Amino acid sequence: MSLADDLTRPVEGDEDTTPYSERGPAPIDVVAGFGFWLFLLSDIVMFSALFAAYAVLADHTAGGPDGLKLFNRGYVLIETMCLLFSSFTCGMCSLAMERRSAGAFHLWALVTILLGGAFLGLEIAEFSRMIAEDAGPTRSAFLSAFFTLVGTHGLHVTLGLLWFVSMMAQVATLGFQPVVMRRLRCLTLFWHALDIVWIGVFTIVYLGARW
Amino acid sequence: MFGKLTWDAIPFTQPIPMAASLGVILVIGAIIALVLWKGWTRYLWDEWITSVDHKRLGVMYALLALVMLIRGFVDALMMRSQLAIAAGGAQGYLPPEHYNQIFSAHGTIMIFFVAMPFVIGLMNFAVPLQLGIRDVAFPVLNSVSFWLTASGVLLVNLSLVLGSFARTGWLVYPPLSELAYSPDVGVDYYLWAVQISGVGTLLTGINFTTTILKLRAPGMGYGRMPIFCWTALASNLLIVAAFPILTATLAMLLLDRYLGFHFFTTDAGGHAMMYINLIWAWGHPEVYILILPAFGVFSEVIATFSGKPLFGYRSMVAATLAICVLSFMVWLHHFFTMGSGADVNAFFGVMTMIIAVPTGVKVFNWLFTLYGGRVRFATPLLWTLGFMCTFVIGGMTGVLLSIPPADFVLHNSLFLVAHFHNVIIGGVLFGAFAGYIYWFPKAFGFTLDERLGKAAFWCWLVGFYLAFMPLYALGLMGATRRMQHYHETGWQPLMLVAMAGALVILAGIVLIGLQLYVSIRSRTSRLDRTGDPWNGRTLEWSIPSPPPPWNFSVEPRVQGADAYWGMKQAGKEAAAQEPQWQDIHLPRSTPVGVVLAFFATFFGFAMIWHIWWLAIAGLAGLTVTALVHAWRVDSEITVPALQIGEYERRRRNT
Amino acid sequence: MQSLWQSGVLDPQGPVGAAERLILLNATAIMLAIIVPVIVLTLGFAWWFRAGNTRARYLPDWEYSGPVELVVWSIPALVVMFLGGIAWVGAHDLDPSRPLESETKPLDVQVVALDWKWLFIYPEHGIASVNRLVVPAGTPLRFAITSAGVMNSFFVPQLGSQIYAMSGMATRLYLQADNPGKYPGISAQFSGAGFSDMRFVVEAVPAEQFATWLASTQGTGEKLDVASYGKLGRPGLVDTPITFGSVAPGVFESAIRNAIQ
Repeated sequence: MSLADDLTRPVEGDEDTTPYSERGPAPIDVVAGFGFWLFLLSDIVMFSALFAAYAVLADHTAGGPDGLKLFNRGYVLIETMCLLFSSFTCGMCSLAMERRSAGAFHLWALVTILLGGAFLGLEIAEFSRMIAEDAGPTRSAFLSAFFTLVGTHGLHVTLGLLWFVSMMAQVATLGFQPVVMRRLRCLTLFWHALDIVWIGVFTIVYLGARW
Repeated sequence: MFGKLTWDAIPFTQPIPMAASLGVILVIGAIIALVLWKGWTRYLWDEWITSVDHKRLGVMYALLALVMLIRGFVDALMMRSQLAIAAGGAQGYLPPEHYNQIFSAHGTIMIFFVAMPFVIGLMNFAVPLQLGIRDVAFPVLNSVSFWLTASGVLLVNLSLVLGSFARTGWLVYPPLSELAYSPDVGVDYYLWAVQISGVGTLLTGINFTTTILKLRAPGMGYGRMPIFCWTALASNLLIVAAFPILTATLAMLLLDRYLGFHFFTTDAGGHAMMYINLIWAWGHPEVYILILPAFGVFSEVIATFSGKPLFGYRSMVAATLAICVLSFMVWLHHFFTMGSGADVNAFFGVMTMIIAVPTGVKVFNWLFTLYGGRVRFATPLLWTLGFMCTFVIGGMTGVLLSIPPADFVLHNSLFLVAHFHNVIIGGVLFGAFAGYIYWFPKAFGFTLDERLGKAAFWCWLVGFYLAFMPLYALGLMGATRRMQHYHETGWQPLMLVAMAGALVILAGIVLIGLQLYVSIRSRTSRLDRTGDPWNGRTLEWSIPSPPPPWNFSVEPRVQGADAYWGMKQAGKEAAAQEPQWQDIHLPRSTPVGVVLAFFATFFGFAMIWHIWWLAIAGLAGLTVTALVHAWRVDSEITVPALQIGEYERRRRNT
Repeated sequence: MQSLWQSGVLDPQGPVGAAERLILLNATAIMLAIIVPVIVLTLGFAWWFRAGNTRARYLPDWEYSGPVELVVWSIPALVVMFLGGIAWVGAHDLDPSRPLESETKPLDVQVVALDWKWLFIYPEHGIASVNRLVVPAGTPLRFAITSAGVMNSFFVPQLGSQIYAMSGMATRLYLQADNPGKYPGISAQFSGAGFSDMRFVVEAVPAEQFATWLASTQGTGEKLDVASYGKLGRPGLVDTPITFGSVAPGVFESAIRNAIQ
């Protein structure tokens, strides 16, 4: 039992009329989850700064290629589908771990990693094609902002994949003990948040390209 | 092999930087020698460096801030003395190449490495004690935050010895900070130091917001939370919302400088004004991140030393939160002169003024807290009264600057310099000193010398007015900031007065050091055995000084606002029977913070000097440390009930 | 002391500066009416309610009063509403890009901030000068301001509003000197090593004298073209003002586009 665990009080259907705010320190699961939500919010603030930069610089092409010329929406749609489905499989991971089913967890985590990896592969291929066409980040302010925004998301996906691998190893060695469960819940939150950011990227960057 | 780093990086030919770096090396060498000679290494490592105790971290933050205050103040003295002599045709003793580094370093250090660690240190020390809990939400993260801040400090100071610092002002505006105009490592030192410490600050923000919202003693509803905790909450919410913008903005500038991107360059469609917008979207909330906790300190101090509850508690909370929200809607007032158009300027001008309403309410509420009090003029209260009289002047000039047409003639002038020193010294720094003296006995178990403390206060107050009132006048005379010399000999007398003021402040700093020294020497005669030397009102005064590692042997039950005052009135403490002691779980010390910072420092240093193999090694070190730490299962130690009972009995018997 | 204020913003020599000084003084007076009593009350309350004063009434539980709270919120709110009105109206009346009311046709001046000198081009007259801005007194001046590289701020304290000089764009500013005289101008935005010497002088002269100056300058001396602009653009100081008797077309426009190096 940890510092906060032994202060846990029943929450639902209890007779306790004390207001929530006066019930003392929250249990550690709540604290950890809350802290991670705050981190995700801060991460989204960082993305919004990058989105703002992209919005400002979108037409600063400096005579170089613009979005309409560079982006292949069909290609990006496939990319998007990979990521969205990985969110679904990540949800299946959550169900598996709440059932404490290691086998199902490993299976769905592997599928998630494969889908995430496919997304990343497609993105890297797109980047390489653009750089080969002399449309790299140094070509114009527009492309700098594009590569930074999309690349930062890609970097997050990469970290998420590494995290998934590490958590699969933790589940295999440590089992579903409380501390591992907390980390898993944070990881799934992280993965879904990346989806939300990507929906912003897809809408604003790819569908928004009309210059 | 060593990238851009060669022997030329050491300023052999420049006597002033050379002497400064030798001095720093000597001091650090002497401290290390002393530690080794006295055999303190083990103690420092076990009890401080690897500690995750919020009280220890708070003390280390404050110490870091005090040390850096000296560094930043030396820069200030050099600037003032340069301007005292560089009138007419004279060039003074600091050429632009050096002078421009000094004012850039002064601003960077004072904001990022003095003001920030000082207020974060006070929050670290006091918030969990006031909330009646045993530690913050994420104690290990707290240690990581501190050590990343220390890593930033180290990098800034390294620029004295190796290479140079930025010559661009403390916010490194592009295009001047772009590679085309600042090709050397100065801007890179700035960027990596601020970036690394900024991550630490962001983690602090997450940590403390979670702590205050989720971990409070039973009974402590939001309406009963000490006002310092409210201001700390507002400040940390601002950190969570603002620091990511700083990270993103500096990352864009780094990409420009390292990989040839075009965010802010003058060519290929770059847009420098976007940087200025983004940096102030962080920068203005940053001002309130600093001042709100200071407001909290003043509120605690004024209630304690008036022997009364804070007047208008709910108003104070509302005002704090109003400031928190409004601070995000005013950033454009830092550049009315960009030509944004009348409507935009007018909107941001009026929004800025609106912040003066909740701020004014606070001042009035402090005033009415004094009313009907039994006011004791201890040093913390002196700082508070000095603040109230000084800060309103800074507030007034701030509102003046928020009127766009007035700003058109005062922008970037010495009037502006005087204004923000008026609010940062008269607000943040006075608050930091008030908090330092107020909570010192709680941290160490003995009080600070009052006589020297009062002398230090008067030196600071008088020195401040001498140093900055002339700058208001000079600004009105048309003197702009960041000039290395000036042609108007008529300005020189006022510059000399400002120089004299800086010397009086120097006396104030020396007295603060002396106060600490004298108090430590005479500590046995000034022990605080009660744990409540000021007749305090909040929970931190209900426990011994210094508090045990577990803070509260029995979890406090809060019955109302000013929890401890209520307990004292009810006479509970005396009547209390010996309770049933229980085991207490505490976070285990870990070197993960200092190890991460170690690798982060090498990574930053390697990036600054383009030593790619070292950068990769640093990054690998960071990753491996994080992975190893991520595998931990058991992160707590247990203090047995028996030990707590013994501790309490021993305490009661003395 | 009187002479010290000369050359500053409290000694305006044109309508813009004069209006701005008026706002400055009015706003200060309004706020002093609040600030001074607050300071006096702070010291007064602290002194009267000192622990040793037996005549002062101790109210250990007095922590709230509805009427006091109402006053406490109202005073700053009312002051800010009043000052906010001043700010709103002032920001519109004194918007730098707003033409000045005058019978006289404004004189166009194009300004380029270079490292570390100011280039003034008179597009209607085909001449240019460096670090010296000769203008007719009593005539509105219409500035278009840009920078060849780093950011600067164009500022003549005695004439009023400053505005940034930024690469890739031109800012608009209207000023006017009412009386003949010499008024110092500076860069008010730090721009690097030579910043402290990036000064110029505004010479306001009577209209007929301005015409004479134009005539004596036109066609004499160097021509401002790509070559001489390029030379001028190299980082460095200009100690004595330079004049150009003729100006190649489009220098300012290409300075905005940052096209000439």
